[in-house]
Amino acid sequence: MPSSFRPSRRDFLKVSTALGGGLALELALPALGAEAKGPELTAWIVIRPNDEVIIRVARSEMGQGSSTGLPMLVAEELECDWRKVKVEFVSSAENLRRNRVWGSMATGGSQSIRSSQEYLRKAGATAREMLIAAAAQRWKVDAADCDAENSTIIHRPSGRKVRFGQVAQAASRLELPQDVKLKDPKDWNLLGRSARRLDIKDKVTGKPLFGIDVQLPGMLHAAIAQCPVFRGKLKTVADEQLLGLRGLVRVVKLDDAVAVVADSWWRAQKMLKLLPVEWDPGANGGATTASIREFVRFGLEDSSAPVARNDGDVEAAFSQAAKVVEAEYFAPFLNHAPLEPMNCTALVKGDRVEVWAPTQNAEATHAAAAAAAGVALENVEVHLTYLGGGFGRRGFQDYTRQAVAIAKAVEGRPVKLLWSREEDMQHDFYRPMTMMRFKAALDAGGEVTALRVRDASHSIMASVRPQEIKDGIDRHALGGIIDLPYSIPSLRIEFAMRNSHVPVGFMRTVFHSQNPFMRECFIDELAVAAGRDPVEFRRPLLKDKPKDLGVLEAVVKASGWGTPLPAGIHRGVAVQDSHGSYAAAVFEVAVSSEGEIDIRRVVVAVDPGHVVNPDSAEAQVQSCVAYGLTSALWGEITLKDGRVEQKNFDDYRIMRIAEMPRRIEAVLVPSGGFWGGMGETPLAPLAPALCNAVFAATGTRIRALPLKSQGFSVASTA
Amino acid sequence: MIELTVNGRKHNVDVEPEMPLLWVLRDVLDVKGPKYGCGIAQCGACTVHLNGEPVRSCSVPVSAAAGQKVLTIEGLAQRGQLHPVQKAWIDNEVPQCGYCQSGQIMAAVALLTRNPSPSDKDIDAAMTNICRCGTYARIRTAIHAAAKSPKPAKAKA
Repeated sequence: MPSSFRPSRRDFLKVSTALGGGLALELALPALGAEAKGPELTAWIVIRPNDEVIIRVARSEMGQGSSTGLPMLVAEELECDWRKVKVEFVSSAENLRRNRVWGSMATGGSQSIRSSQEYLRKAGATAREMLIAAAAQRWKVDAADCDAENSTIIHRPSGRKVRFGQVAQAASRLELPQDVKLKDPKDWNLLGRSARRLDIKDKVTGKPLFGIDVQLPGMLHAAIAQCPVFRGKLKTVADEQLLGLRGLVRVVKLDDAVAVVADSWWRAQKMLKLLPVEWDPGANGGATTASIREFVRFGLEDSSAPVARNDGDVEAAFSQAAKVVEAEYFAPFLNHAPLEPMNCTALVKGDRVEVWAPTQNAEATHAAAAAAAGVALENVEVHLTYLGGGFGRRGFQDYTRQAVAIAKAVEGRPVKLLWSREEDMQHDFYRPMTMMRFKAALDAGGEVTALRVRDASHSIMASVRPQEIKDGIDRHALGGIIDLPYSIPSLRIEFAMRNSHVPVGFMRTVFHSQNPFMRECFIDELAVAAGRDPVEFRRPLLKDKPKDLGVLEAVVKASGWGTPLPAGIHRGVAVQDSHGSYAAAVFEVAVSSEGEIDIRRVVVAVDPGHVVNPDSAEAQVQSCVAYGLTSALWGEITLKDGRVEQKNFDDYRIMRIAEMPRRIEAVLVPSGGFWGGMGETPLAPLAPALCNAVFAATGTRIRALPLKSQGFSVASTA
Repeated sequence: MIELTVNGRKHNVDVEPEMPLLWVLRDVLDVKGPKYGCGIAQCGACTVHLNGEPVRSCSVPVSAAAGQKVLTIEGLAQRGQLHPVQKAWIDNEVPQCGYCQSGQIMAAVALLTRNPSPSDKDIDAAMTNICRCGTYARIRTAIHAAAKSPKPAKAKA
């Protein structure tokens, strides 16, 4: 390390010897074992003598607030003082050693709350019963006469009290009670009320929380260039050209990428740009957006496409139709663009691997690191950091495999791999390009008698979980279509899988971010054809789906649908269930003669069953508006010569404050009895509600996104 | 050697003059608050103050900061007291993932320094930083709240 590098170690950066003799870095965020000095009550809870409660979190924090919401579920049943709660993240290695006692660590599909709420609440209730039992034993009284409240056990008949911290040690030695009873939601004190997020202060003081902030003694930095054409290979690298340049450690050649390792990332990146590299583009070097679109479009014509659903008699209905409506819709590839580019820090030492990663799935990172290093799972340690955004991108492990491969080449020294924004933009698992053709029959009364849908789409499952594809049908890609909430007597849905060379992956709300655009805009077309109000038209069609109808009614009421608007302002509506929850949206827009859209008001009603933290739920609605509108207005990844054309935020536009709608109303209508997601569902109805409002304002039907490609812009107040 | 004053502390760094200030802060001085997001002055995650003015440190060569005062998010609190903008960010629960917030806060502090009670339009013009989580509504609320709070002692760079 050159003398100019004088890392000033900060107080909170404690370097300690970790499992396996590697170096562990304690970021400003809590890692397993950092806090947990004290008796464990279930695998989730540690209570210290001073009553401090450590609650463990197995899911990643990427902004969605689950590192506050998940502990709330535990604390509600534990009956502890919320102000005494601290959080620590579990480790994938420890999870492996303890037979996956913390369950899945995957963070995606809006699963964190809904798929772990039951075992987390049970853990809290179990610990509470153990504390009560320990207090009852101490007092030699009947546990049934004792209650837990605000980190205290109270013996009702005598009024005696003992603090959690005083009996935690004794409680931790008791058997885990079975069949604990969970509280009735009406008795909740914490859940359903806004609690302060636990991660805010560190995030406004610049603490090193993220993967990119990892700093280790002797750490090297790596910059990477990947073959610009997907599935292409690295051919030759004239690495001798870099000899003697300042900071160079070495050039590492991978199968489809080349990395420069140096003493600082900036120097590594600078040398990478100087490095003469020849790529073998493979078979796809000629692909363009137009050629891929044509390839996908063939799926609309393919007569051999399998039938995914066939109710009633579609052909008979069409032959008797008073009116037939047909339309074709298109959604482009999209880039996730989390603000923190992909990165991963790795240290390989003999047969041991340590990894520091902002990952949405620490267990997948663990497995990827083991495979990349060729070592057993037991020899790997993953340190989970906070994520500077995830949106689905960080469930994929390409950056982990690369970091470990590079670390292997500089064995014994930790190396932090950071992608440039350009690499991040051009090497994603993109939201799939999708096309759909709809054909509907209306009878003389304007009722829908038949609907035929042909979906031609890339499939994410084809590469991620191929076993889920049956008879050529990817039900995941048909989300919102195969399970549409509308009661239509005759329905035929066909699916044509069209996978180009472009890698595709889960992106916030996934297929429910483009399929509802198509479905709900087409339903709007049918309402127009039937001469009916879009809400009036949907109501009878939703007769068998009370929850979808419920959010539609909620948004109608909150938005004042049907009431007069000032001249020039127009409304659009859409409804969509996804990720276990229900959402409906109303937009109010004005559109200038030049096509400039002024979004005056956005109302989103959401029924997620139960709301854990209303303030966080509202934040997720706002977040979905910014993310969903960025996609609907501007989002489009295009290709030329087999490679992505967009490079950075100057040609892949992201919404800024001046374009963010001023009036966003989150209407939370939890109806109870189920647990749905909150981070993705509110996004689903946004693009169609906006496009339906644009139609109401202009008479122009938007059948392809983004709106930018259809001649529309958005009003900015800056 | 290039001399810099970062958060009131003098440093001499032996780096190429064209090395961006961001990377000197992050990789040489271990000041990790300013973040890398784009490298082309688009996103503003790297925003710091240079002699009191907000700059995108990814696009400022360190030579342009030589002998001058750099203030980062780490230097904003005075005598253990958070800056009113930081307090407003906490009160309004602004951050989600938090990655952009160091830059957002530095941009907001600069705005309030030259315009103590900005209108919505002023906020739109000055706050050009990208937040991918969409915390914009709360950023706006927090800036208005900070504008109403008692004025802080001037942060010394």
